[in-house]
Amino acid sequence: MNYNWNWHIFFEPNPTGAGTYLDMLVAGLLLTIKTALLAWVIALIFGTIIGILRSLPSRTASWIGFCYVEFFRNMPLLVQLFLWFFVLPELLPRAAGLWLKQLPNAPFWTAAIGVGLFMSARVAVQLAAGIGSLPRGQKNAATALGLTTAQGYRYVLLPMAFRIILPPLTSEFLNTIKNTSVAITIGLIELTGQARAMQEFSFQVFEAFTAATVMYLAINIVVVTGMRFLERSLAIPGYITGK
Amino acid sequence: MFDNLDFDVIRRSLPYLFLDGMSFTLMLTGLSALGGLIFGTLIALMRLSGYRLLGRVAGLYVDFMRSLPLVLVIFWFYFLVPYIGQWLTGASRPIRVGAFTSSLVTFIMFEAAYFSEIMRAGIQSISKGQPAAASALGLTYSQSMRYIVLPQAFRNMLPVLLTQTIVLFQDTSLVYVLSIPDFLGAASKVAQRDGRLVEMYLFAAAVYFVISCVASYGVRRLQARIAIVR
Amino acid sequence: MIEISHVNKWYGPSFQVLKDCTTSVAKGEVVVVCGPSGSGKSTLIKCVNALEPFQEGQIILDGIKVNDPKTDLPKLRARVGMVFQHFELFPHLRIIENLCLAQEKVLGRSHDEAVAKGDKLLERVGLTVHANKYPAELSGGQQQRVAIARALAMDPIAMLFDEPTSALDPEMISEVLDVMVDLAHEGMTMMVVTHEMGFASKVAHRVIFMDKGEIVEDALKTDFFGSPRSERAQKFLSKILSH
Repeated sequence: MNYNWNWHIFFEPNPTGAGTYLDMLVAGLLLTIKTALLAWVIALIFGTIIGILRSLPSRTASWIGFCYVEFFRNMPLLVQLFLWFFVLPELLPRAAGLWLKQLPNAPFWTAAIGVGLFMSARVAVQLAAGIGSLPRGQKNAATALGLTTAQGYRYVLLPMAFRIILPPLTSEFLNTIKNTSVAITIGLIELTGQARAMQEFSFQVFEAFTAATVMYLAINIVVVTGMRFLERSLAIPGYITGK
Repeated sequence: MFDNLDFDVIRRSLPYLFLDGMSFTLMLTGLSALGGLIFGTLIALMRLSGYRLLGRVAGLYVDFMRSLPLVLVIFWFYFLVPYIGQWLTGASRPIRVGAFTSSLVTFIMFEAAYFSEIMRAGIQSISKGQPAAASALGLTYSQSMRYIVLPQAFRNMLPVLLTQTIVLFQDTSLVYVLSIPDFLGAASKVAQRDGRLVEMYLFAAAVYFVISCVASYGVRRLQARIAIVR
Repeated sequence: MIEISHVNKWYGPSFQVLKDCTTSVAKGEVVVVCGPSGSGKSTLIKCVNALEPFQEGQIILDGIKVNDPKTDLPKLRARVGMVFQHFELFPHLRIIENLCLAQEKVLGRSHDEAVAKGDKLLERVGLTVHANKYPAELSGGQQQRVAIARALAMDPIAMLFDEPTSALDPEMISEVLDVMVDLAHEGMTMMVVTHEMGFASKVAHRVIFMDKGEIVEDALKTDFFGSPRSERAQKFLSKILSH
């Protein structure tokens, strides 16, 4: 392979004049984490609401939940980001659209909201399945004790359901992190974007991508370890999740 | 608010969007699914082979691929494939590889990791008695896999495999980062040429939405039918 | 025909499932193996065609050493028919295809030849009309008769039965036993793991009683039912014959 490896490139100054190439990548890594965390909070909030709707006996509620999930699941994430970024401001009243377009950090907010809503549909599906897997008696017992439906969800159903779906939620969180890289298309220079930029400036393609790869692997290991710790600390003795 | 929109731009670019763009997307989806399934099945067989080293290598590959964002993998292969080509053909310099070939290699290698997990689950869901009965009849290991285990695993997992293919169909839009004219790339090209972003992206979204909806409806129907047969 | 000598088998380092098992089945002989569950009888019969490996001793099948690494196991297995507790028909293949697959792929028979043979055997077990159905469309008793036909299609020199009736509803047991009795009368060499003592007393030449991995009793049928020598065999017999 006639390729000139140069692993010292990371410590050479980058063309922006602020620090080395390594600093560039680390900035990208931090932006990836920041975007992913905000997106994940959005995904959890909306996913929980929609997941609950899907599990309610009301036909209207579950129909709304179904439509929401289908809407976000049947379009590529990239297209969804384009809709939020390019299309939405044009369709709003002039003033609102202008305000949106001039928002500082627009790629960041669009990415967080776009990825967050995209992932919320998947969280909703997981949660609805988790609630569905609980014994029917649980809901009845909560009602029999005089809890309202909302209280039943808050104190009985959701705490169990979330414990059950913790493993799939871990992989959805990892997907959220990976999906933030799609926002490179709307100008978010996160980890993948910085690696791409480094490749363009320095021509050291494989060093740049190797570094990004290692960083993604590291994020994965940290998240998986952290979630395992969380699983263990939330485990209920005698219940399957306590394994 | 739709005053200054010109939806005629869609009609004018339909042939380009579908004959060039969508056919690229569908071809890439179909061939990647096929290749991903073949390689994925091989990886699953390696993991279940009982040879410790082979299983480890296959497992590492799957974990590795699944840890990386597809966009990064697309970039990796875009730059790597010419070198792989050089290595395979023994050429003196990295060979030029077309956009389609490069994306196809990327998606096959990437999807193989996901398809292998599905096939692994499918193979493991077959009761141990089936391969035992096959070998009691004198079938060799590979015959038993080919005629007994894999057909059943494939059939049981068909809905999941198709759902993954729908995800793949949507994911192929990411070749946009290489400025390749797949369906979205074509739409985007027209959008930027004519300054009609709103119209083109709304149209592209609608097309992806309709195709994915119809396909996932089909998968649900199939799933219901399989559930009855069993 | 089948020579089993001093076979020892362990699961893991400490759990011994077969302890020094020695017995034999002569050509044309019908031997019934019985014993309480967990006594190792199913394991022993699966060792005969090497579906289960064993660590010590040897088994010789028609002059060929089963546990010799040089033995072509698929070829050897093709010459011995086996019938399983849970039938193990191939659910994705039609009944006639279940009968043809190994004939074509292992014995290299032509498709027409295999179908002709399959039809003949289906007629023999009284299931001709079901040839084009799938296994799940047949009752348990019918499936097990198909499984016997599938084994016979290979022209086996001996047949192994691993609890062929214990997964069946009571009213279906006799239809399967009838087929097996016919086979015995035709002089087929058979080794049968079963609790059906009626079958044993009707057609068996010898009865082997196993307990805790050991062959406790290995006697002619008349001796076994007349006066078993071991206390364990007496206890077992009184338990299953008292109903």
